[in-house]
Amino acid sequence: MLLSDFGRMGFDPFQEMRRVQQEMNRRLTGLTSEAAREFPPINLWVGEDSVAVTAELPGLSPEEVDVTVQENTLTLMGERVSPPEGEKTMWHRRERAFGRFSRTVQLPFRVDPDHVQARFAHGVLEVELHRPEADRPRKIQIKG
Amino acid sequence: MTQELKTTAPQVPSAVEGGERTRTGPVFVPRTDICETQDNIVLLVDMPGVAPEGVDITLEKRTLAIRGLANEQRHQHYRQVYAEYESGSYERVFALSEDIDRDSIEASQKNGVLRLVLPKAAPAKARKIQLKMS
Repeated sequence: MLLSDFGRMGFDPFQEMRRVQQEMNRRLTGLTSEAAREFPPINLWVGEDSVAVTAELPGLSPEEVDVTVQENTLTLMGERVSPPEGEKTMWHRRERAFGRFSRTVQLPFRVDPDHVQARFAHGVLEVELHRPEADRPRKIQIKG
Repeated sequence: MTQELKTTAPQVPSAVEGGERTRTGPVFVPRTDICETQDNIVLLVDMPGVAPEGVDITLEKRTLAIRGLANEQRHQHYRQVYAEYESGSYERVFALSEDIDRDSIEASQKNGVLRLVLPKAAPAKARKIQLKMS
């Protein structure tokens, strides 16, 4: 501490401020605006003739998630059940959300409903959808 | 749209070790349910993307540290166009208010949710004190 003599006095307000700032940062990381966000959170990836959707669905088994495809929309539906409560259960914290959910995503193009792969690993769902053969862009030869 | 400049956010020193992490990438505070029954303290921790091998739980005195390392999702020939979540590691530390029977802690990770059952140590259970009649 070059600018203050507080360190010698055993109390450094700057250090205290930094500590509070760190503590606030630590507490706020990962918790920002989560209360208002939609469930499940989705990431969208686009390939050449395919699109992949990943969603975080912790606590659900593959049988509990309904995936439906129609034209260019993908719908994820299911229910997260609340943990069972016993007679003498005392809650310390309840941060995990539960209840029914349904979410529809619009995809950038029509997809082939017969050509869909869905994988589920460690609470993350990954759906890979492909563009129907007839819809793919085709190169047209120009006649000279 | 195709490529956005990614800046590394300044990392907050890890609460567990008190130092800076060597690995870059976001660290999240996992959402947790904690309930107490007569004999156990049960924790349910949401850590999507974390395989059972990636979970690390330590209990030192009364400090319980939970860490989960998510496998990085790589999509070849794909580019990300929309994101609502990021995959990263999870880290959370709890200070327990009771003594725990270390030998019979149960932990299981299923579908991205860690379930931790911490049995209360015998002396922590209610003990009735008998008064001696003189």
